[in-house]
Amino acid sequence: MKPIETKQEYSNYVDQKSPNSPILKNCFNAFWVGGLICTIGQIIMDFCKFKGLDETAASTVVSIILIAISAILTGLNVFNKIGKFAGAGSLIPITGFANSIVSPAIEYKSEGYVMGVGGKMFTVAGPVLVFGISASVIVGIVALLFM
Amino acid sequence: MDFIQSIDWMGILKCFVVGGIICIIGQILIDKTKLTPARILVIFVTTGAILGGLGIYKYLIDFAGAGATVPLLGFGANLAKGAMQEVKTAGLLGAFTGGVKASAGGIAAAVFFGYLASLLAKPKIKKQ
Amino acid sequence: MERLGAQTIKLQNPPTIVEVASIVGPKEGQGPLAKYFDQCLEDEFWGEKTWEKAESKIIKEAVNSVITKSGVPADQIDYCFAGDLLNQCISSSFGLRELNIPFFGVFGACSTFVESLCLGSIFVDAKAARNVLCATSSHFCSAEKQFRFPLELGNQRPPTSQWTVTGSGAAVVGENGSGPYITMVTPGKIVDMGIKDANNMGAAMAPAAVDTLITHFRDTGRKPSYYDMIITGDLGYVGKEIVCELTETKGYNIKNNYEDCGVLIFDKEKQDTHSGGSGCACIGVTFSGYFFKQLKDKKLNRILLVATGALTNATTSQQGESIPGIAHAVAIETSIN
Repeated sequence: MKPIETKQEYSNYVDQKSPNSPILKNCFNAFWVGGLICTIGQIIMDFCKFKGLDETAASTVVSIILIAISAILTGLNVFNKIGKFAGAGSLIPITGFANSIVSPAIEYKSEGYVMGVGGKMFTVAGPVLVFGISASVIVGIVALLFM
Repeated sequence: MDFIQSIDWMGILKCFVVGGIICIIGQILIDKTKLTPARILVIFVTTGAILGGLGIYKYLIDFAGAGATVPLLGFGANLAKGAMQEVKTAGLLGAFTGGVKASAGGIAAAVFFGYLASLLAKPKIKKQ
Repeated sequence: MERLGAQTIKLQNPPTIVEVASIVGPKEGQGPLAKYFDQCLEDEFWGEKTWEKAESKIIKEAVNSVITKSGVPADQIDYCFAGDLLNQCISSSFGLRELNIPFFGVFGACSTFVESLCLGSIFVDAKAARNVLCATSSHFCSAEKQFRFPLELGNQRPPTSQWTVTGSGAAVVGENGSGPYITMVTPGKIVDMGIKDANNMGAAMAPAAVDTLITHFRDTGRKPSYYDMIITGDLGYVGKEIVCELTETKGYNIKNNYEDCGVLIFDKEKQDTHSGGSGCACIGVTFSGYFFKQLKDKKLNRILLVATGALTNATTSQQGESIPGIAHAVAIETSIN
């Protein structure tokens, strides 16, 4: 092997030395866990509609129930195990958003309820709200201009 | 059980497959790009809002139901849809109120349950 | 003392490592080195309310234990050198605030244990102190909280990531004793080869370890085979392999007598620790628990202890900075020729 002198050479060398994530296995697990979470959502949604709720209300109920389940599992120290197994399968559904709010809330409890729980709750999920809400405002303004 | 009989199993299958595929896209981002979870969530919610704003995402929702609404893409699309609908009735003000109004249930639930969980739970180490 | 070459200091009256102590967390207590540690904790909180308090307690108890075990009266320990990973080294300063020994806070990230040994042994060799105390600690949970994500977050750890060791290693170094002796000290330079991935610390720190190793061999004229064992701190599987290959390209073969504490401390498959252990305590407890006994039993007679550190924090990672690495080396021998 030739001696490594530059940062670029070292970076290429490290990429080659570092093991890759088992992407096929990860994708498979993400697929079925993610699909399952969505399916649970679908069944709740169908049930709500069956009970006479409209589309929007049913959709909101689905979000609230999935978020509640996710919060409970996070509090019981179970969600991180699901997340480790499923990766994006539990991160990308609304459950991942809930977990990213609940987990810092629990972790920073030691810094008190106001600045710890209250202040740090959005350390991971805050950006989702910032970019999601900002995007919705822009979409609204654009829609106004083109209507 | 009338409800069990009313379930559209084909719809469930579509929901499972589409939801799963959206998660695979996320998994590829995690494994191939080294993006942090927060960045991946932001990418999904913003993409969802854009697709929602362009009117594309609703076709996916029609096709896959919760398979499209439960992933964060759907959260983004819902924000955008809310803003667009509110604009029709309230004008410019609607751009500011519509999105959050449409997603208020989810946001409030996440904050409330997060607070509740912090009251009851204690941080614990990942055993594995 | 005498300077050799570019960076190395040869100690004229080599100080003795009088005694060591090690306390580890439950996961380390299930690892392959469990039987060598003084104490394995049942849970990570150890009766405290926060991770930070738990880590402070661990270093405090390790220090108390090493003082008791050494038999050196506390008033003859003149200075204490200690540090850890938490902001402003609070585990050490809070844990040792009632120690009543003049205190030097040392920050070298995961290289802190050997950095403390370097400074402490020079103090003793220079007769500035009769005995010094060197200690360090790290805690998986407090480190995750400060550097990465909340513990309950459901994220996946990439295969290159390492597991911060929970525990504390402490040593008393003194002028009187019959070894093992600290004979050479090679403080390292900061080396940054542009690695930005905070989940690949082994690769970020390996060039610093290589630099210090090569410098040590050049300065002292010793060959790798002079040592029974060359030991790095927490490079893990990825970093260890890089060090092996890079030193070879520079003309030194260390393959036969090289180990890494991050590789030794966990069972990679059973404990799911990916690339291995990391953190200040990784080399701290592995040396204090395992290698010190090997030296005492003369199973090893000459070792080169190289602790590596990643001089980074959460802010610099977010700002897209690369990770500067550092490595400090001490040569420890059971006899002085």
